[in-house]
Amino acid sequence: MQETNIQFLEDSFKKYYFNHFDQIKVPERTSEREFGYQKFNSGMTRHIVIKDDKELHLMLIQNAPSDVYCSNAYYTFPNSPMNEKDWKEADLIFDIDAKDLNLSCRESHTISICNECNEVSKNLTRCLKCNSSKLEKKSLPCKNCIDASKTEVSKLSEVLIDDLAIDRENIQVYFSGNEGFHVYVYNSQFQQIGSRERSELVDYISLRGAIPETFGMKKLKQNRASFPDFDEKGWRGRFSKQVFGSKSKRSKIITELLSNGYSSFQKMLDDVSENIGVKIDPNVTMDIHRIFRLPGSINSKSGLAKIHCDDLSKFDPYTEASFLSDDSVEVFANCPIEFRLKNKKFGPYINEKITMPTFAAVYMICKKLARIA
Amino acid sequence: MLGADQIAKYPFVKDAGQYLKDQGFKIEQFGIDLDLKPIVEKAFDRIKIAADGKIYKSDLVGDQVSTQAALPREIFSFLLAIVLLKLSGRNTLIKRFALAEARRAEKHLEKDLSISDNPTGNVILDDEQKSIRNMAAKIIKEISNVEISKPKETDEGNYTSGQDEWLVNVSDYLTRSIQFHEREWKLINRKVENGKVYLSSHQTVRLIRKELGAYINSKISIAKTPEMIPGLENYVNKLILLAKKFVTFTVDTGEYPPCIKHATEVLEKGENLPHSGRFMLATFLLSKGQSVQQIAPLFKNAPDYNERVTLYQLNHLAGTSGSGTQYTCPSCEKLKTQDLCFAISECDNIINPLQFGRKKK
Repeated sequence: MQETNIQFLEDSFKKYYFNHFDQIKVPERTSEREFGYQKFNSGMTRHIVIKDDKELHLMLIQNAPSDVYCSNAYYTFPNSPMNEKDWKEADLIFDIDAKDLNLSCRESHTISICNECNEVSKNLTRCLKCNSSKLEKKSLPCKNCIDASKTEVSKLSEVLIDDLAIDRENIQVYFSGNEGFHVYVYNSQFQQIGSRERSELVDYISLRGAIPETFGMKKLKQNRASFPDFDEKGWRGRFSKQVFGSKSKRSKIITELLSNGYSSFQKMLDDVSENIGVKIDPNVTMDIHRIFRLPGSINSKSGLAKIHCDDLSKFDPYTEASFLSDDSVEVFANCPIEFRLKNKKFGPYINEKITMPTFAAVYMICKKLARIA
Repeated sequence: MLGADQIAKYPFVKDAGQYLKDQGFKIEQFGIDLDLKPIVEKAFDRIKIAADGKIYKSDLVGDQVSTQAALPREIFSFLLAIVLLKLSGRNTLIKRFALAEARRAEKHLEKDLSISDNPTGNVILDDEQKSIRNMAAKIIKEISNVEISKPKETDEGNYTSGQDEWLVNVSDYLTRSIQFHEREWKLINRKVENGKVYLSSHQTVRLIRKELGAYINSKISIAKTPEMIPGLENYVNKLILLAKKFVTFTVDTGEYPPCIKHATEVLEKGENLPHSGRFMLATFLLSKGQSVQQIAPLFKNAPDYNERVTLYQLNHLAGTSGSGTQYTCPSCEKLKTQDLCFAISECDNIINPLQFGRKKK
């Protein structure tokens, strides 16, 4: 990224951090966690220890980072190299991202930027100008993306509470600052489990790897009574609601399932899993040494802040997570897609010079769709 | 307190040596006393059967012993087997013996846990049944630290639902079930409610099998090796000979597994291979002895290729830079979760791509 753009983003981010200290707090058990940050056009600085809000604020102002992270893990020596940190435990974390939800709206608001010639276009396979296949894709998520992500968050909460006995007050939901949500689970029986166990938990939550027998279908000695009841708890219950639809249809559908046979049941199960399984990024939950975006910090992919969602159903990231100033700035924009921020509509812009508020300019520059004029 | 019948079932839990002393015996007697020779024979058989991968069939019939005399014989032969194993010093036999004894104990645990099961409805346990069941649960807690409970237990604890169901914390379940590779052990294939996994007595015992084996193994390992006991040399020599049977060789076909082939194909086509896929490919090839310089060009076609970054990351994985940790190839299970597994029949239940093509001879 060009120096003038970086300077502009750094100034805007710094201003945010200076004016919103109240929003950026260190998490509990601060001194047991590892912090890290990135600056624009530069690598990651990690293995940092921060002891309180004050130190964090100082770090933000001194470094004007593009992104700030904090571990979900607790260590005896958080600032030592990875294998000397002495891992103690880690909060469970989940990442739900609109890009992983296979939404039909995606194509209409995804843009490709050619790595070779910087051409921006809506063609997602090859650059129309130089024919290169090395494309960077940028999405400007729409309301549908956010709503679909919220649905996944609700599905996740249901499994966490009902199946895994997590207290509602120990689940915290944050807007990720870009295209989805981050969910934290504190003080659960899972604090000390390792990466492979977490991976199994991921498979459970996303209904992956289920065998027909679990839902009553057997290869031999088939038995109608082993199919789940409509009121059952856990995945058997969710399965029966999805597949049977209603109590009255249960019997008829079981007859159908039995006559279709075992392998067609497995196929159906895979489809059901695609529909009702919770779509979480497995890599995030499995990683017990991750430094995860710090709540309250700005996401440099968008210029929006990662903020807590008090009421998920009403939450609108494009009004609530945009904190940068309204000051006007002049940019060259090449953004073929329209977007909304703070209840204002922007774009589309085709290679034009325009004056716009800082928060919108930052959004486009972060997406590589504009530069300071 | 464990009664003699409990010690016979679970001789590893309490100090069986103390029992021997309490009964007025010394270990040295077994080398010379002709009347005790059948017990030494029995101990030797116990080891031999275990070495063959079978479970020693005791004189215990059901929960009762056939005769009162069989009880001490049962306990003595276990103790003596340990003495013989220690004298032989052969770890492979100790491991096999611990495993077989674990299997034997498993059967008893399973039986004791399901003592009250009656699928037709609620049942009332009498005091003895209750104590047997509680003892089994306690032994499980002792060897694995896993707390198990019955669902829907009433206040008095006398009633039980009659179903063969035990509850285990999901976290306790996971730390053990990840060692199993049968699909039914995946958490998704279990009934999970309110933070607990529902398991049958059989499954509960299966869950802690490894710890049971390890517990018995450690009990044997920490037992002191006695001086050679006159009269037992012959048995010990036979055991040393027996241990020689269990040395194996493996050959490697050199063929790459489908996940690795798939990853290289993706890269060859210039398509994007996710970070997890690159990690798998690089760690696999490093483990197969390829150098960073040999591997780096593979990534040249990646849409975001950067030579400097690639070399840095490869060196990091190889342990030549950074923390010095050498990363190993992820397990098949992990790759499945990451959508990187393309298993074929030749994969044949391997648990890590590195095992692909390796055959025992």
